[in-house]
Amino acid sequence: MVIAMTQEMQASKIPQTGEEPATDRPKIHASCVHVSYSGRSAIKNVDLDIRANSVTALIGPSGCGKTTFLRCLNRMNDIIDGCEVRGNIQLDGEDIYAPGVDTVVLRRRIGMVFQKPNPFPKSIYENVAYGPRIHGLASKGRALDGIVESSLKRAGLWDEVKDRLDAPATGLSGGQQQRLCIARAIAIEPDVILMDEPCSALDPIATARIEELIDELKQNFTIIIVTHSMQQAARVSQYTAFFHMGELVEEGETKVIFTNPKDPRTQAYVTGRIG
Amino acid sequence: MTEQSYPPNLVTDAVDGVRKRHRKEIRFRLLGLSAILASLGFLVFFIASIVTTGYGAFVKTVVLVDVDLTLDSLGLEDGYTPKDLEEISYRTVARNAIRDMFPEVSGRSARRELTGLLGAGAEFELKDFVLKNPDLVGAPQSFWMTASDDFDLFNKGGAREETATQLSSQQKDWYRSLLRDSRVKTTFNASFLTASDSRDPELAGVWGAIKGSFFALGICLLLSFTVGVLAAIYLEEFAPKNRWTSLLEVNINNLAAVPSITYGLLGLAIFLGIFGLPRSASLVGGMVLALMTLPTIIISSRVSLQAVPPSIREAALGIGASHIQAVFHHVVPLALPGMLTGTIIGMARALGETAPLLMIGMVAFIADAPASVLDPASALPVQVYLWADSPERAFAEKTAGAILVLLAFLVAMNMAAVVLRKRFEKRW
Repeated sequence: MVIAMTQEMQASKIPQTGEEPATDRPKIHASCVHVSYSGRSAIKNVDLDIRANSVTALIGPSGCGKTTFLRCLNRMNDIIDGCEVRGNIQLDGEDIYAPGVDTVVLRRRIGMVFQKPNPFPKSIYENVAYGPRIHGLASKGRALDGIVESSLKRAGLWDEVKDRLDAPATGLSGGQQQRLCIARAIAIEPDVILMDEPCSALDPIATARIEELIDELKQNFTIIIVTHSMQQAARVSQYTAFFHMGELVEEGETKVIFTNPKDPRTQAYVTGRIG
Repeated sequence: MTEQSYPPNLVTDAVDGVRKRHRKEIRFRLLGLSAILASLGFLVFFIASIVTTGYGAFVKTVVLVDVDLTLDSLGLEDGYTPKDLEEISYRTVARNAIRDMFPEVSGRSARRELTGLLGAGAEFELKDFVLKNPDLVGAPQSFWMTASDDFDLFNKGGAREETATQLSSQQKDWYRSLLRDSRVKTTFNASFLTASDSRDPELAGVWGAIKGSFFALGICLLLSFTVGVLAAIYLEEFAPKNRWTSLLEVNINNLAAVPSITYGLLGLAIFLGIFGLPRSASLVGGMVLALMTLPTIIISSRVSLQAVPPSIREAALGIGASHIQAVFHHVVPLALPGMLTGTIIGMARALGETAPLLMIGMVAFIADAPASVLDPASALPVQVYLWADSPERAFAEKTAGAILVLLAFLVAMNMAAVVLRKRFEKRW
């Protein structure tokens, strides 16, 4: 325990020495974020910086507020009645809760993949084409076909569906549906992709494919992933934030969090003693 | 637990109370089955009694009459024009024709009884026949003419005494002699579907009522579907959830249970009293029915909107669709089958509704089919009500016949609801 403490102190002194190039300004900067549902506090006083072109995992036991925090980042909590968000969240230095911010523009830049695959009950093509179409990236024809094809390729689904783009998306397997949802999210070229337990409904093989995909996508996108699986967090993320009882307990590089946590609660969680 | 004791433990009797539970289940199943059988029995009895009574409305008795169409008897001269043909007294021609068939009949009352064998529309049938076939003029012709309602009932009732209390014994003798000569037959009564209401049962038909119902339902559909669906979308997807909207919801649910005659009173007071719209018009009927159907459509549309999984809304919002795009591109198309089903069921209820129409005057005797939504009109259920009230015995089968027409429309509409649901339903 003593050894662990000293290692942790050393780690905290070293400023950002990961493989990722350190940027001056974080992609997303959150400070003093409080969220309450109808007066009941869900998360309190969260300060977290998300670095660009990296994967940040949010971990913690159920009900700890990690999904709530994730949904603050693209203001999906707006549609929940009685949900109140306080504090400051900035995307590239811009306050996303400032008056006049259009959630349509915000969500165009911060895409989201949900826990359960939720393709539209339309064709595979339509699922991917819908976003570019409503945002005016391409209305129809070859330009739209190109976006659909490249999005499906980047989501690793093209070879499986290229012959049946007009087939209903609901006929795909769970893993394929989730990759379709990822293709749908990246078709509008967001800066950030939020993933809310994207593999919780999938089997290990489909999970492995999604994880590979996340690893490839981080070159172009900033990814924030909520996960219940500590192994998954360790495998795919460069940075990890541990939430517990609505508080951000600890954040930092993934290897530090997993091998050398500062807080005894983090230690207990990552070693499997709580949660 | 040894090997030997294993099998007996799985036998029902061995466990106390299990047999009792099974008996309970069997009793419940039997009760359910008998409830189904009882309701089926009622339905079969209902349909059978209406069909047996109403069948008569779709057939009519016709009599083969030799009509003297020579120029002399028509009162025409050589070189007559088509206009002259229209001005002949066909009433006299028809009377003479039937009198010529029974030359032995004399006396004023006996002759009146004889002409009473022919229906009130005989002269018009004859006129139509002559105008359509002007080349047949000049020679005697044989011609099937519609019999009077009493004669019709006597014939369709198998010439049993109790079916024709209105006929004299002499008239019955004439019937038998006509029957011997094969001059009586029953044919399909097309005029029941193509004619409008009449005081004479053999001329009365449901066409005017069908048209009135059609107009009223069209207005009703137009108003209640657009207003109802938009109200449901607003309340479900856009309205804030607060005390006022929940009060509104309670009120809408209550309105769905309000007796329909109340809507008639409302229509009478507002549409006729304040707006001064024409009485008995199917426009007002449709508006009143729309008021009545509105709560049903709002409730069923809200239910089908609620049934769309929230994940679809989130998916659309998550890729930057605006609220209205998420609703109209994704949620409404998925809810549409349910909305349509609810609407058609509401329409079917409106089709069968009488009470509100009575209040706005759609209960009058209207002999012409309405040409527009502003004309005085009747409706199918009102027609049933009017005929059920008529003293002539022949209207009994007309009433049942009109009920059959109404039921046919209701079945068709409900089947349309099923087909629409099947066709547009999507799985997710």
